[in-house]
Formats: sequence, C-alpha cells, structure tokens
Amino acid sequence: MKLSKRWLLDYTALSFEDRAFAEDMSISGSKVETVEHEGAELENIVVGQVVSIVPHPDSDHMFVCMVNTGGAEAIQIVTGAQNVKQGDFVPVALSPSKIAGGKTIKAGKLRGVLSNGMLCSLDELGLTQNDFPYQTEDGIFILGEDCGKTIGQDIRESLNFNETIIDFEITSNRPDCLSVIGLAREVAATYETELNLAEPPLPLGADAPQAKLSVEIQNPDLCYRYAGAVVCDVKIAPSPRWLRERLRASGVRPINNIVDITNFVMLEYGQPMHAFDLRYVDEGKIIVRNAREGESITTLDGTKRPLEPSMLVIADANKPVAVAGVMGGEYSGIMDDTTTIVFESACFNGLRTRLTAQKLGMRTEASGRYEKELDPASCLPCLYRALELVAQLGAGTLDGGIIDEFPTPKPSRTIHFDAAWINRFIGFSCPEKTQRAILEKLGCKVEGDTVTPPSFRGDLNEPCDLAEEVARIYGYGKIESTPLTGTADGQLTAEQKLRRKVGEILRGQGLTEAMTYSFHSKKNYDKLLLPADHWLRNGVTITNPLGEETSFMRTCPVPSLLEVLGRNYAARNKAAWIYELSKVFRPKETIGTGRDAQLPDEQIKITLGLYGAGADYNLLQGVCETLLEGCGINDYEKKPATESTFLHPGRAAEWFVDGEEIVMIGEVMPQVAENFGIGERCWAAVIQLKLLLEKGNPNPKYKHLPKYPAVTRDLAIVCGKATPAAALSKAIREGAGKLLESLELFDVYEGAQVGAGKKSVAYSLVLRSKETTLTDEQADAAVKRAVKALGAIGAEIRS
Amino acid sequence: MEEQLKSLEQKALTDIEGAPDSKALEEIRINYLGKKGGLTAILKTMGKLSAEERPVMGALANAVRETLTAAIEQKGSLLKAEEMQKRLAAETIDVTLPGMRRPIGKKHPLTQIIDDVTDIFLGMGYNVAEGPEVELDYYNFEALNMPPGHPARDTQDTFYIDPQTVLRTQTSSVQIRVMENQKPPIRIISPGRVYRSDTVDATHSAVFHQIEGLVVDKGVSMGMLKGTLEVIAKRLFGEETKIRLRPHHFPYTEPSCEVDISCFRCGGKGCPLCKYEGWIEILGAGMVHPAVLERCGIDTTVYSGFAFGVGVERLAMFRYEIDDLRLLYENDVRFLSQF
Repeated sequence: MKLSKRWLLDYTALSFEDRAFAEDMSISGSKVETVEHEGAELENIVVGQVVSIVPHPDSDHMFVCMVNTGGAEAIQIVTGAQNVKQGDFVPVALSPSKIAGGKTIKAGKLRGVLSNGMLCSLDELGLTQNDFPYQTEDGIFILGEDCGKTIGQDIRESLNFNETIIDFEITSNRPDCLSVIGLAREVAATYETELNLAEPPLPLGADAPQAKLSVEIQNPDLCYRYAGAVVCDVKIAPSPRWLRERLRASGVRPINNIVDITNFVMLEYGQPMHAFDLRYVDEGKIIVRNAREGESITTLDGTKRPLEPSMLVIADANKPVAVAGVMGGEYSGIMDDTTTIVFESACFNGLRTRLTAQKLGMRTEASGRYEKELDPASCLPCLYRALELVAQLGAGTLDGGIIDEFPTPKPSRTIHFDAAWINRFIGFSCPEKTQRAILEKLGCKVEGDTVTPPSFRGDLNEPCDLAEEVARIYGYGKIESTPLTGTADGQLTAEQKLRRKVGEILRGQGLTEAMTYSFHSKKNYDKLLLPADHWLRNGVTITNPLGEETSFMRTCPVPSLLEVLGRNYAARNKAAWIYELSKVFRPKETIGTGRDAQLPDEQIKITLGLYGAGADYNLLQGVCETLLEGCGINDYEKKPATESTFLHPGRAAEWFVDGEEIVMIGEVMPQVAENFGIGERCWAAVIQLKLLLEKGNPNPKYKHLPKYPAVTRDLAIVCGKATPAAALSKAIREGAGKLLESLELFDVYEGAQVGAGKKSVAYSLVLRSKETTLTDEQADAAVKRAVKALGAIGAEIRS
Repeated sequence: MEEQLKSLEQKALTDIEGAPDSKALEEIRINYLGKKGGLTAILKTMGKLSAEERPVMGALANAVRETLTAAIEQKGSLLKAEEMQKRLAAETIDVTLPGMRRPIGKKHPLTQIIDDVTDIFLGMGYNVAEGPEVELDYYNFEALNMPPGHPARDTQDTFYIDPQTVLRTQTSSVQIRVMENQKPPIRIISPGRVYRSDTVDATHSAVFHQIEGLVVDKGVSMGMLKGTLEVIAKRLFGEETKIRLRPHHFPYTEPSCEVDISCFRCGGKGCPLCKYEGWIEILGAGMVHPAVLERCGIDTTVYSGFAFGVGVERLAMFRYEIDDLRLLYENDVRFLSQF
C-alpha cells in the first residue's frame, strides 16, 4: 500500500523524519517497505520561459531557443521538438543536470550550435500524459495553468512533483489498512496524535424516491450490502491536479473524473467502488445473483469469460454487467460520452470473490480487497464521499434518492477484556489505563471488562487479539525476556543419532555430503534404463510443478546422485566423492486406515557415488564395509546383483543381513553414466538406513582380550576363475571351525602361473584357542580341515 | 715384559685415538684386548716369569687393560655421538613438503546449521520431532487456521499432489502432529524440508529447509518466547547480538511477530548487509493461536504456547556469506569442500 505523506497529514497532524517514521510504524505493526520521494532523481531542472525561437541554421528539424531561466541573461538551448512557441513556460534541464532515468545533461554543440541544456518532455521528468492530460503526446512539456510559473523555480516545486511516498506491507488480516484512513488511524495510535476524520455529508436529496434504478440482492450470503446512486448530467473530464497527484502518489493512473473518484474513495476508505454507465443497465435494474448455467460475460479488458453458477454477478434485467467484486463488463465502463452513471458501493463475500477471481484468472485491485472480508458499514460513507467529490468537481448531479440494500446487518461482537491476563500472557506490565486507551485509539469501545471492536476490524475476536493490539502499540520492545520455567529432557531418537553417525563415518572416509531436490523428472527412470513397467516408476506426481524436470517425487535416490556426479564432471572437477541421506517417496505397500492412509511412505536412503581420485569398486566397497562395521554390522553376505539395470552386470552386488538387502553396490553401467553426463567410470551404492538401524548394534558388550597366543597360517588356493571369494571364505570358516579367530583375503592372482581359467587366492588365517596355547598339531589339523572343505568345492592348495 | 706392555699400551692408545669410526674401534679392541689380541699374547708368556715378577706384571697388565678399556669406551662414546650427528644430518627432510593425506569429506552447510541449532535446543530440553513432507492439506493449512480459500495461503505458493495433499510449505505442520499425539508439556523443534513453487533464483528456492519450534505448557508467555529467541540469537551470532520483535501476522499465532537480530557485521550501525537498517530479519514467531491448540484437544484455559520458525538457508547464507542460494543445491565439490 503506497501512502502519500500529504494525504496522511490531512488526517493526523504530525511532523516526522522519514526514516524514524518508517521504523516507528514497522515496530507498531505497519511494516514500511520503502520510503520514496517523487522526482528524487531530477537535478537542476527549472522552470524557464522561451524568449525567442528560430530555426537551426544547419538543420531542417531543430530549433535554437533563447530561454529565460532566471539568470542575468537568457540561455541558448537547441531543441528538436516541434511544439515549442515563444512565450511558453517549459522545464529546462540546465548544465549539468539529471533527468529521469539518471541521464546527465551537459552543455554541448548540436550540429555546430551551442546548447546549454535541454528542454524536457514529460517522459524526461518521469511523468506521463495521465498526470498532465492536456499535454500532447510528443514534444516538450508546455506548462499549463495548473503549474507554478515562477521562472527559475525547481520544476518539482512548480509541478508539486515532490511527494513522499511510504510503501507499507499490509498483512492479509488488515484490509482496513489498505486505506489512507486505516493507516492514519495506526499512525495516530502509534504517535498518540489526534485522528481527524470528516464524516462525508449526507447528500441533498438522498432520501428522495429513486425511479431510474432498482437494486435486488438475490443471494444475501454472498452480497452483504449494496448501496447505489444515480448521477446525471455527467461531464467526463480530466480530474483536477490535486486529485491526479493523490492518485499518482498512490500508484494509480489518473483516467477521468468519475473513474478517478471511485479510485480515490477506494484508496481513502479501502472500499472498492464501481461506476456503471446507466445506458447499458437494461431497465435500470441491478440484480445481484448467481450466474446462470451457460452465461458468459465480456469483461472490461475485452475478454469473453464463461461464468459458472457458483459465481456472483451484477446483472441488469437481461444479462450480467459485472462479475461481483472482480471486474465490470465491457459496456459497463465510463466512456467519453457517458452522461448518466450508477455508483456501486457494495460488500461481497470474501471467499467467493476470491474463488471466482481465481477461476477466471483475474485478480484485480477490487477482488484483492474483497477477498480479505471488508466492512459492510463503510458502503454508505463511501458512496456519500463519492457524491461529495462529484459535487466538488462539478462532475454531475445526484439524480433521485440513494438505494441501500442491507438484508442482514452483522451483529457486533464483544470480547472479554482482562488487563492482568494480558500482562501475564505477554510478559510485561502495561497499566490497565494505558491498555484501555490503546484499544480506544484503535477504534474499540471499552466498557468495564467488555471490548466491542469496530466493524472494520474483523480480525479482532478473542482476548489474544486484544493482547496483540495492546502489545504492539505499547511496544514489543517492552516485553521482558524470561527463561522457560520447568525442566525437560531433550534427546535425539536412535534414528536421528544414527544419521549423524553415518555422516561422520562417511566423511571420515573422504565422502562429502550433497543435498539434492526431492523431486525430479520421470525421464530419469529412462536414463536408469528401467523397464517401462518397473515399480520405481510408480510414485507421487505434483499436479502443478514448476516444470516436468521437478514434477515427480523421487522413488529412487540414484538419479539425484548421478546428477551430482554429472554436474561435477561437467564442471571439470577431477574427482567427486559424494554421499547423501536422501528421502524417497513410495506408495504404501498396504493402504491402512486413518487420516494418513493416502500419504506415501517416506524413507531415507544413504547414497554414495564416486569418480576419480583413485576411486574404484574396491574402494567403494571398503567404504560400505567400514560404514557397516561402524554401525555394528559385521555379519552379512555378498551376492552378485541380479536385478539392477543401472549397474554393470559383472560388477554389482547386493549385500544381505538376515536375508534382507542392506547394500546395493556397483560400477554404474557405462550407458547410464553417459545418460547423466559422466564421461568416466563411476561407482554408486545405496544403503538402507532402516536396516542399519534395525540390525546394527549400537551397544556392543566387552569380550575378554585373548590370554593365549595366536597361530597364523597363510593359504594360497587355486580355483576356477568364476568361484566367488565368498564361497572360499565360507569353506575355510566351516572347515577350520571354532579355532579360526579371523580370516583375511590378502591377494588374488590370475595369470600364466596358475593356468588358464584359474585364479589364485591367498588367505591369512589367525587361529586361537580360548583355553590353551595352540600346538602346531592342533593348528595344522584345523588348516587341514579347511583344505578338505575347500577341496569339496573344487579348490585346492597351490603347490 | 714390562717394556712389551708399555709399548703395547702406547701403540694401542695411539690406535684408539686415531680410530675413524666405531667399527675400526671395535677392531682395535679385538686386536689388543680380544682372546687372540696383543695383551692376551703377552699374558700367555707370564708363565715364564719368576714367582716374584708374576704378580707385579699381572698388576701391570691389568692396569694396561683398564687404561685401554677406558680409552676405548671414551673414544667409543665420542665416535657414537659423532656418528649420530652425521646420521641425523643426513636424514634431514623437507618439512615444508605437503603431507600425505587421507581424504576428509565435508558436511553440507545446511546440515551444519541444522545440527548446530539442534544441539542448542537439545541442551535446553527440546526433542526433535519430524513429519512427512508429502503432507495433508489439513496439517499444512487447515489445522493452522488457514481453511481452503484463506488469503494467507497466497503467501505460500503450494505444490499440490491432489486437492487434499500438498508438499508441505512449512514445518509448522509438525506442530499439529505433535500436539495430536502428545500431552503438554511439549518442547520440540522440527527441522526439515519444505516446498514452495517459487521460481528459483539467487534468493529463492522451490526446496528449502526450516526449523520449527513449539513449546506448550502452563503459563507460557510471550516473554518466554523472547527469552528463548534471545538465547538462540546469541548462540548463533555471538553474545553481543540483540533481538527485536516486530508485529506481524500469521494465522496460527496471536500475537505474532517477526524477529530481527542486530546486524552481526556492523553491530547495528548500518552496513550493506543489513541494508543500513542495523537489523536483519531472521525468523517468524508468536503465541500459538487458541483455536490451533483447541483443535488438538489442548485446554486453553490451562495451557498456552509459543512457536517459531526459522529458515535454514537464510542462516547458512549469513553465516557462510553465500550470495547465491542455488549453490547449496548444485553440489559442486569445489563449493562443498569449503565448509
């Protein structure tokens, strides 16, 4: 809401410094966004009079003017404009000066003739033809009768183009502050100054019979009140300068006297008004009703819009002439030949206005106000005010009486007032007298322990609302900081703790945390080469996404990870080792009951992705193993992956704990890497946080340190190339039995020395007894059993 | 024999003195004092001496042995020290070379902020509650006094899954879920991801993070809210930090406020960071609206509460002086490795 400072001061006398004012008002609840000054960028532009004008000697379209700007001698200025005459008063940008847009004007030669400045157009002053309607579109601004003509005067003073404009951010609960009077009331309460409101006078003849117009409200739930009046002998003309200035400072374009009056009243009171040309209201009937099936309206902006029965319209005897509270129809508007008008000052249901505006895709100044629920009580004063301005401007004559349909006046509400409670609730000590004074200043009636809020404050309903009013005017700054009382025990859940631990372990191994969007394109699942009917393609879709690429809640975290690798690769980073704890959103496997039944299952997956800096399968595998160990999982089984489409078929595994898949790991399929723009080998793993939590052991118990020495034996085994190491380990473990304390694979060799189709695998076995020092014989026997077990799966000791 | 011993002693002492290193010295020792050494050879001829001479010569031989042993020891330690000196000198390395590093990963700046804030609140007895990101309109809006069509919904451009389901626009939804399931006293924070259909630019993101706080108990006042926020501001931005509550409107709190902190760069004097206002807006807060409490079955004649919500990205941008929010989600390792 842009507020003109002069307009404000009409209602409450106050002198202030702009910055302090902005701060004071923000602190009392009306947040000031900016304070601007009209014409702030203009420098050294003054009123001048053209003393003489002759054609440029060297140009057929330029003129050389001598201009009196108040100095001892007239100055020479060259202009290309065709509308300047001797004797004209014009804006003169002297040398040096600044015009609108920040451009600097300096003396210089134009086709060899010295020009000591520039004559300015409206545009060069930052004004438009709407501000000075008598000015022709092109050419230099010739100052009219409504401008100051003191030669040498700053042009901003001459044109009154020097208003201070304070822009407020008004929250949706305070539509009353979308008006000059509403803000003046806040200012008066903040500074404890008088609020001088002039009630608009009851127009002469207001209670005369009205023959030209009738009003009928068919749906009083959606139209609380409809006040109207007919004005005849209308003379459409530009508004006087003072009115144009007020609109300009409020950011509203002046159009003509009648339209300007409706806008002026809206800005002053916050109540939208509309003016119809009576010629286009068939039979002079205004019927406020729901639109009929199949009806449509062509709105003022020339668009034909289909209407729905849920929408409220203003209709005449035959057709809708306006969408209530939103926009007028094509012929309803004021034209240059309009002679008789109907003023509408009505109050419509907020929610319905909002939904209608949304459906029609046209939020207007009026609908933006109505949707916040306006005060029906202001319909009549606004109409009176409009008629007062009509009379003042000589724009027309009231024709017949005023119509005021107000089927169901809203009862006034009362709120319990308890000053002591307010002090306790807020945490300060504001005297009861002060509290009462604040509430009264804001328009409330305070009697005993009962407060009746003013009709324009629909947001005041409960004691806590009164508490806020008192607190913000008395000052939030006076609230005393106190510690919370009572004790409480705060701690993380097991899962929250585990998430932190996972991060610590992964960072300790050189992986850096990434954070990616939770939605992405469904095309990512093509990039992963998933079959068209793959279950991961079934998920939650956003109906109004920013774009297709952010439209699908991820069911799989891998694309996000590969995108990160791809982006790093594109940035020519030599390596990227990344992890993320990323949420996936999957339809629930079984739909339960209750409110949340339809919501998807949200689960956190740990994703790891690496390329460069020596990354390979084994390194990633080591990271995963360390993570599992760190989380207390030591017993798991690795199997070659069978189902993954996005991992290299020969270099991918699934790891299982108690038959459940806890890790999926592998080299990314070259085709998939390419799809994500990764131009080298990369590796990825997905780890189930849920299983880490369920299967991990966060509280290990102490086992006694060994008392007896260990015996170490190395085994070099030759077996078929395809025999998995896991099978060899399993055989050794089973064979060696209880004495085997640990088993470590330390070498794998393939080559001529072991023969084609074979490989050699070397293990180190640590054997130890809990009861005694092992003898060589006992150790040898255990190794022998292991060798036998190896033999059973076709592996033998390398000779 | 006496002469023999004297000359051996003399010769040995000269040799010892001239020994170039420990190894040569050891050879000298063996040469003179070893089983096959010079002294032993002389002593072997003792048998030829008379009974009177024998003890005299024996004593003399022992004296020679002692002298030589002492000389060898002395020279030995001298040589050892010299050799150690040489070795140490030879082993000098360039200590300015870079180390052989194990890679270290970094925590994402947003996680860093969330963890830090969480730790502050854990210390004050708050638990950490979490809720779904794909959320029912009811929890995200309706239960927070924003029924369908409420104008305040306009300030939160919402992604819809269907008419009843949204991507939550605020972590305040968790407030309701907690109050439905837990009786007062309640003291929680809820960090998490929220979504708004904002076009992405340097200061806007369609995905961002908030940390919500909620306290419900007997006699909770706005002064307690202020006291709590003051602690947070000081812990996050330094002990000198002041806070300022500015009236605002949120449908689910009454009274509501926006909270500014004194600019941590200029201390409130005014600088480009605070746009010369001396204050930086940091979060929104207020006293939980009685209708919200009652909807969750909490008796407002007994209990009151406060709530607040802070944007994590905003905190991160201030703390790390990040000027473009998009960097946080691009995950370029050159960016991430800086924190």
